[in-house]
Amino acid sequence: MKKSVSINVNGTAHRSEIEPRLLLVHYLREVLGLTGTHIGCETSICGACTVLIDGQSVKSCTMFAVQADGANVTTIEGLARGGELHAVQEGFWERHGLQCGYCTPGMIISAAQLLDRNPDPSREEIRHALEGNLCRCTGYQHIVEAVEYAARKMAAQAATGD
Amino acid sequence: MSDKYVGKRIKRTEDPRLIQGLGHYVDDIKLPDTLHVVFLRSMYAHARITGIDTSEAEHAPGVVAVYTGRDVVEKVGPVPCAGALPGLRVPDYRVLAKDKAVFVGQPVAAVVATDQYSARDALDLIMVDYEELPPAVDVEESANNGPVIYEEYGDNISYKLTAGEGDIEAALASSDHVIKQRVVHQRLAPVAMEGRGVLARYYPGEKELTIWSSTQIPHLLRTQLAIMLGIPENKLRVITPEVGGGFGSKLNVYAEEAMLGWISMQLGKPVKWIETRRENMQATIHGRGQVGYIEIGCKNDGTVTGLRYNVFADLGAYHQLLTPAIPTLTGLMLSGCYKIPAIQINITGVFTNKMSTDAYRGAGRPEATYVVERALDLVAAELGLDAVEVRRRNFPSPDEFPFKTATGLFYDSGEYEGALQKALDMAGYDQLRQEQKIAREHGKIIGIGVSTYVEICALGPSQAMPAGGWESATVRVEPTGKVTVLTGASPHGQGQETSFAQIVADQLGVPLEDVAVIHGDTSIVQYGIGTFGSRATAVGGTAVYIAVEKLKEKAAKIAAHLLKSDVSNVTFKEGRFSKQATRAAAAAGEVPEPVLPAGQAPAGALPEPDTEGNHISLQDIALAAHIAKDLPEDMEPGLSATYFFEPKNFTFPFGTHIVVVEIDRETGDLQFLRYVAVDDCGKVINPMLVEGQIHGGIVQAMGQALYEEVVYDEQGQLVTGTLMDYALPKASTTPWLELDRTETPTPVNPMGVKGVGEAGTIGATPAVVGAVVDALSPFGVRHLDMPIRPEAVWRIVNQQN
Amino acid sequence: MIPAQFDYVVASTLDEAVSLLAQHPDEAKVLAGGHSLIPAMKLRLAMPQILVDIGRIKDLSYIREEGGQIRIGAMTTHYQLQSSDRLREICPLLPETAAQIGDVQVRNKGTIGGSLAHSDPAADWPAVALALDAEIVAVSSKGERSIKASDFFVDLLTTSLEPGEILREIRVSPAEEKTGHAYAKVLHPASGFAVVGVAVSLTLDGGGACRNARVAITGVGSKAYRAEGVEQALTGRALDSAAIASAAAHATDGIDANGDLYASADYRRNLARIHTGRAIEAALARA
Repeated sequence: MKKSVSINVNGTAHRSEIEPRLLLVHYLREVLGLTGTHIGCETSICGACTVLIDGQSVKSCTMFAVQADGANVTTIEGLARGGELHAVQEGFWERHGLQCGYCTPGMIISAAQLLDRNPDPSREEIRHALEGNLCRCTGYQHIVEAVEYAARKMAAQAATGD
Repeated sequence: MSDKYVGKRIKRTEDPRLIQGLGHYVDDIKLPDTLHVVFLRSMYAHARITGIDTSEAEHAPGVVAVYTGRDVVEKVGPVPCAGALPGLRVPDYRVLAKDKAVFVGQPVAAVVATDQYSARDALDLIMVDYEELPPAVDVEESANNGPVIYEEYGDNISYKLTAGEGDIEAALASSDHVIKQRVVHQRLAPVAMEGRGVLARYYPGEKELTIWSSTQIPHLLRTQLAIMLGIPENKLRVITPEVGGGFGSKLNVYAEEAMLGWISMQLGKPVKWIETRRENMQATIHGRGQVGYIEIGCKNDGTVTGLRYNVFADLGAYHQLLTPAIPTLTGLMLSGCYKIPAIQINITGVFTNKMSTDAYRGAGRPEATYVVERALDLVAAELGLDAVEVRRRNFPSPDEFPFKTATGLFYDSGEYEGALQKALDMAGYDQLRQEQKIAREHGKIIGIGVSTYVEICALGPSQAMPAGGWESATVRVEPTGKVTVLTGASPHGQGQETSFAQIVADQLGVPLEDVAVIHGDTSIVQYGIGTFGSRATAVGGTAVYIAVEKLKEKAAKIAAHLLKSDVSNVTFKEGRFSKQATRAAAAAGEVPEPVLPAGQAPAGALPEPDTEGNHISLQDIALAAHIAKDLPEDMEPGLSATYFFEPKNFTFPFGTHIVVVEIDRETGDLQFLRYVAVDDCGKVINPMLVEGQIHGGIVQAMGQALYEEVVYDEQGQLVTGTLMDYALPKASTTPWLELDRTETPTPVNPMGVKGVGEAGTIGATPAVVGAVVDALSPFGVRHLDMPIRPEAVWRIVNQQN
Repeated sequence: MIPAQFDYVVASTLDEAVSLLAQHPDEAKVLAGGHSLIPAMKLRLAMPQILVDIGRIKDLSYIREEGGQIRIGAMTTHYQLQSSDRLREICPLLPETAAQIGDVQVRNKGTIGGSLAHSDPAADWPAVALALDAEIVAVSSKGERSIKASDFFVDLLTTSLEPGEILREIRVSPAEEKTGHAYAKVLHPASGFAVVGVAVSLTLDGGGACRNARVAITGVGSKAYRAEGVEQALTGRALDSAAIASAAAHATDGIDANGDLYASADYRRNLARIHTGRAIEAALARA
């Protein structure tokens, strides 16, 4: 039996009738057409499907869309504000933090979550914070540098009150 | 040629779409009325299929069709194998199993439904009767006396092949020492983060089929699918959208790709299949899978006299595209970067009830490097010499290039000592050895591993390749001056949209953002081979480079014509041609660059090129070439050039990797203390991209050395079927990598580039293993098989064998 | 990847959840954070017919001090436990362990109640519940009862929760004076679950000897267990390295250790011994 849900995604409210078993990631991709959130496994390991739910990073393959009823979801498509890239997005571009790009949306969301909680992380802390996101291309080093770049940028923005 | 872009750390033009989630991978392409396909796969490694009942599934909600082997066996041709070896046995590999299943995960039936949830539900309603047969699992057992998979062959041997030059028997007999070692190159899963996926759309009116597939080889796939499906090749279009990694696993033609095309042709609707990770572990090719026996002979001074490698290659149940060819690449590279007068490889290619092995990052060459590097370490251990010293004593000197190996190759160029010395300096090698000595006295277990590798890249001359080794490029300057590059080398993360644009922008003196690199659509791009074998830049990039040079020749003729000069009197710099000025005119100053006059021509009409003065821009030449009112006599209009580059040789990048590890005596846990890599991939187009390739390659190699292993149990069941069991390196388990490079250009192509996609994987594995073995050498250890799990280390340290 | 169909009911109160379970004792399963259940459903290893979502019940997510105890609502996430400054003061074992569970995303969504109720033999919380001598409060249509952690874990994926019972709260005592805690874990390189996890709570007497020790181990057997041999060897002793090592040698006494691809039974026993020793050392240093 279908359920009615209302979910705010990237600032837009959506009301949908969905099967309870519909995974949140399928809701985002198939129902809303937001295909930036990817699927890389089925065992909650790879993190490609990571999104923010009420500000907390979550693997959207391990959640039914009905559980997100009433929640605010931010996907990779909603991270840039007013046409300006999020500092983490910029860091990934500047420091070559991606190759094939498939893990990247989830990786960026996780990095954003980290910097939200810890604005000045050490390399070890960055690596620890990203252990729920697998990347097969980069060997992670440029990703770590990308997050460091973003941290510096955000600190500079905070200092100048931007 | 300007130097604004090549050699610089240029940010990728691919990235803005990817970091915003706006790229389109196969599953991101949504066509109206798309039907969804899921496959029922064999749960047994080896079983006769005695019956399939699909009736309940056919009537399940949302189900449109269910197909079994019976429906397709006469309709769709076999999954192709491009490896051609003398006496090779090639089993008939059908897209759905009909009478027998020969590996866990083999497709047995396909369900088509209106959505993926319904399709998945219906899968559980198909009843298959299996009669289990004993499986052939262990490669050596399967080669000798295990259960036979194909009764018609009488055994599980697909082929036997001996290669190499020099009298190996005599060489080993005359050696002061002959050292023997069995080594295992475990099966690995490539695990591209995006699995495979196919979307197929058949247009019944036009009789045209379009296949979107996550593949590394759009054109080769088109040719093979045309044969399998019996559709004219010019009615089949293959598009590779964004591809989420390949590592060789998408350098193939898979049953599912043909099935999707066929189903779409049956139903006249778009159909989509997206691989789950579990399917990816079961039914996307695996890499490596060799068990081999090394015999290396040496003199007392460490000079290597001969190397023999007898290897059982675990091919799996069927040949995928290059399955049997991979071990032959191992044979080619057995000389490593050393002078070895006699080399012999004896390959036994063995069928087992598992997924096929095929090209995985390095494809046969990591195995070779591992063999020869382990062998050199064994020589060092036997003679009590330093690992570095043994390597040095066997290097060819730079003036010996092109260097001929006993495997029949000519190495193009190399400065092995240079890369080695640089790495030793970076690592502080002598100091490290001192520290190791002191640490050992304090009961610490520290090891230093060194690998000096050479690898074969830029695959390759067509003579040596199963389906062409060239690459193609078309370069066009559009009427507005924008430059379009069409490359046959379809990338999947390597960044060619950027690196090729760097080459072209410098050659033409135009801004990078004016160059668009297009790839991966067989209807748009001329035939090409693809991205694999570290070939894209060295072969594909060279094709681009030469096409641009050809285009510039034509542009120069137009320039001379318009400037009323002779072509020999026209020079090209920073995007414009100039009539050679007299000294006086030059002193008078620069003539301002002509710009496209806007707003003067009637709407829709192209502006006239500005040919006044002594200069003309490329943009104006392009305009003139398209308007074609004033061109040299008999000249073709338009400004484009196509080039198919056939390399005369492979290229041979090389380098040195040095690893320092510390082992926890009580648990066997391993910690990286240092990782130093000096790689030489010839001339570098974009250092940032090169670093990225090396980082990724090294970390994949660490995965093989320490974590990764595809494990089948005795029944042929896949034990490591999910990412809960199959361990990939994580950010938290990966050390900081210290990189540098040397640059030894290749003479094989005009840019001097060699290729770098696989170097990290090839160089790193033996260095990591060498470090662990070195750490454990006080315990009498000379070799350990991969993946080296803490338990194995703990057993050695605590003598718990 | 795609779970089988089920009916989904949101319980807005605990009473409602309990009565739903009472109505469907065989078909219904409780959905908390979903991080144990949903992966199993996606592989169709679990196919419940009805899911009762307790995620919207107000006041199941809390950390409060009451009656001299720390009370933790079942729906409290690992991250909430990890980031609680108050817990770091009064029961540091909880945040220390929480920080080592899964990964950030899992900690953001997974709950302590869900994890305990699932009782995975490689989960972290069961060891901690045992080492803290926790009480687990379960509620059903028949009322509420408190289960001692030592009675809660019955066997592989089996607890003493009755059909129809919901885990509501976890209660632990704040650390006494001169008490040190530690959790030492060996992560499986793929899953991040505990190959071995050792939770230690150690209380010293005025003379610096061990007055009381609780040591619990997960990952080794079919369920987490109290390593009583270790505890006995520690209690009443002045803890020098030799005493700790000889106590740790009892880490797997009487336990049938698991073996798998990554760690054989032998090796697991060794890891249990070594990390028991290390966790005791760490706890001692904090006592």
